[in-house]
Amino acid sequence: MNESSPILNISIFGVFVLITLFVVIRASRNTKTAADYLAAGRAFTGPQNGIAIAGDYLSAASFLGIAGAIALNGYDGFLYSIGFLVAWLVALLLVAELLRNTGKYTMGDVLSFRMRQRPVRAAAATSTMAVSFFYLLAQMAGAGGLVALLLGITGTGGQSLVIAVVGALMIAYVLIGGMKGTTWVQIIKAVLLIAGAGIMTLWVLGMYKFNLSSLLGAAVENAPKAGEKLLGPGLAYGKNGTTKLDFLSLALALVLGTAGLPHILMRFYTVPTAKEARRSVVWAIWLIGIFYLFTLVLGYGAGALVGPDAINKAPGKANSAAPLLALELGGPILLGLIAAVAFATILAVVAGLTITASASFAHDIYANIIKKGKEEDKDSEVKVARITAIVIGLVSIGGGIIANGQNIAFLVALAFAVAASANLPTILYSLFWKRFNTSGALWSIYGGLIVTITLIVLSPAVSGQPTSMFKNADFALFPLSNPGIVSIPVAFLLGYVGTILSKEKADPVKQAEMEVRSLTGAGAEKAIAH
Amino acid sequence: MSTVEHTPSESAPDAQKWVDVQASDDFAQLKHRLRKFVFPVSGLFLAWYLLYVLLADYAHGFMSTKVIGNINVGLIFGLLQFVSTFVITTLYVRHANKHLDPLAEKLRGELEGDGK
Repeated sequence: MNESSPILNISIFGVFVLITLFVVIRASRNTKTAADYLAAGRAFTGPQNGIAIAGDYLSAASFLGIAGAIALNGYDGFLYSIGFLVAWLVALLLVAELLRNTGKYTMGDVLSFRMRQRPVRAAAATSTMAVSFFYLLAQMAGAGGLVALLLGITGTGGQSLVIAVVGALMIAYVLIGGMKGTTWVQIIKAVLLIAGAGIMTLWVLGMYKFNLSSLLGAAVENAPKAGEKLLGPGLAYGKNGTTKLDFLSLALALVLGTAGLPHILMRFYTVPTAKEARRSVVWAIWLIGIFYLFTLVLGYGAGALVGPDAINKAPGKANSAAPLLALELGGPILLGLIAAVAFATILAVVAGLTITASASFAHDIYANIIKKGKEEDKDSEVKVARITAIVIGLVSIGGGIIANGQNIAFLVALAFAVAASANLPTILYSLFWKRFNTSGALWSIYGGLIVTITLIVLSPAVSGQPTSMFKNADFALFPLSNPGIVSIPVAFLLGYVGTILSKEKADPVKQAEMEVRSLTGAGAEKAIAH
Repeated sequence: MSTVEHTPSESAPDAQKWVDVQASDDFAQLKHRLRKFVFPVSGLFLAWYLLYVLLADYAHGFMSTKVIGNINVGLIFGLLQFVSTFVITTLYVRHANKHLDPLAEKLRGELEGDGK
C-alpha cells in the first residue's frame, strides 16, 4: 500500500460529497408533502428507479466482499453473487408490482391492508426497523475497516471519527433530500460503481487477451496453497457436513431475503405505476447481474495479479482485494477513485436504510397507530420522519463505533434471514392466500423474527469460536451460522397455523379490494405533478 | 403547488364494486393469466437454483470437471444461472405486456370510470 495516497483518496471522496450534496439540495426544492418526502412524489421513471435499486442493493459487501471472497476462496465467493441475483426473480414475479399497487409508503401498508390495522402495522414496523438496523450496523461497522484500508487510519479514535462523519453526512442527505435526494445519491453512486468495476474488468481481461481460461489459470498459478481448488466449489464451505449445511442455509436466506428487504420494497413506491415498478426491476436485474459478472473477473484478477498472500497481509484482508487490484492496474489515482466509490457505496446504502426505517416509524407507528390515521399525509408525518432519521442516524453512529472491528458478516446474514423469515412469508400470504388473517400475519412476523434472532444468538457466529462476537463464552447450541434453513420454513408454517387456529375470518370485502387493486392498479397512489 | 391527480377516496369505487369486479370473468381471466405464469416459473427457477446450490455443495468432483481449458462445469452452471435469470426476466416482461397489461388497463378503466 506504499503508493496509496490518503490525501488523494479523501479529495476524490470530497468531490463526490460536494456533487451529491448539490444534487440533493436541488432535488429537495420541490419536496413539500409526505408523498414527496417519503416516496419522491412517485415521479421517478422505471430506468431511474432501477439504477437506484442497483445503487441501494450493491453495498460495500457485494463489491469489496465478493471480489475478496473470490480472490481468496475462488468459486465459493461466486456462489454468493448467484444467490443475490436469482433472488430478484422473486421480487419481479411475485412482489414488486402487486406491492406497488396496494401500498403507499411502507411494507406495513401492504401487510395491514386487509387486516386489523394497529397490531399488524406495529409488527411490520418492528420487523422493518429490525432488518434496517442490523443492515445499517453492518454498513457502519464496515466503514471503519474500509477507512483503515483506504485512508491509512488505523487508530480507534480516527476510525470512530470517520464513522461519525459518514453518519452525519447520511443524516444530512436524508433530512435535506428525503426520498428524492436519497434516490439521486443512489443513482450517482450506482453509475460510478458499475462504471468503475466495468473499466477494471475490461482492463484485467485485456491483460489476458480476453481469454477467461488464461485468467483462471493465472489465478491458480499465483495461489500455491489453494491451487486448482480455487476453480471448483468447496474451498470455504466444503470442510464438513455442518459447513455444507450452513452454506445451504445461507443460500436459502439470500434467495428469499431480497424480496423482503424493506429498503428495497420502499423503492417501488417512487415510481408512478406498477408497470414502471416492473421496468425498474428489469433494469435492476440487468445491472446487478452484469455487475456480479464483473466481480467474478475482478476477484480472479485480484488473485492472479495481486495474489492471496499480499491480500491477506493488507489491513482489510479479503476486503482489500479490489482496492489492491485497482492500485496494481492504475496506480494511486485508480485506487483513489475506487476508494471513493466504495465510500459512496456505504453512504448511499445507509441513507436508503435510514429513510426506510424513519418512514416506517412515521407512517406506520406515528400516523397510523398513535394518531389512528388522522395525521396521515400531514406535515407532522414528515416532521416525525425527519426527527426519526436524526435519532436513527445517531444510534447507528454509536452502534457502528461499538461494532467496529466485530464480525459483521453475521449482521448481514441476520438482516437477510429476518427479511426471508419474518417479511417474505407474510407478504406472499397477504397477496396470494385469501384466508390469511391478522392472527396469521402476527404469527409469521413475530414468530419469524423471534426464531431467527434466537437461533442467531445461539449460533457459532455469536459465541464459541475464535471468530465469534463473544470469543470467551460458549452458548452456541445451534450449529449453523445462518438460521434460514430452519427459520424460513418455520415462519411459513407459523403463518399457516396462526391463520387456521384463529376463529377470525379474513375480511372478504377488504380481500376483494386488495386483490383487485393489486392486479389492476385501480385506486393506486398516483404520481404527483408539480 | 403540488396537486394530486387522483386520490383513492375521490375515484375509488365503493366496497360492492370491488367484490363485483373480483367475481367478474375478466378479473378471473387476469388472475389466471398471472398465476399460470408466475407460480410455475417461480417453482422452476427456485428448483433450478436449489439444484445448483446442492451440486456446488455436495458434488465437488462433478462441478470441478474441466470442459474447455480452465473452465469447468461449475463455472458453466453458475453462468447459466445468470442466463436463466435474464431469460426469465425477458419472458415475464413479454408475457405481462402482451397478456396482463391490456386486461388490467381495461378493468382499471372500468373501475375508475374515466376510460383510461
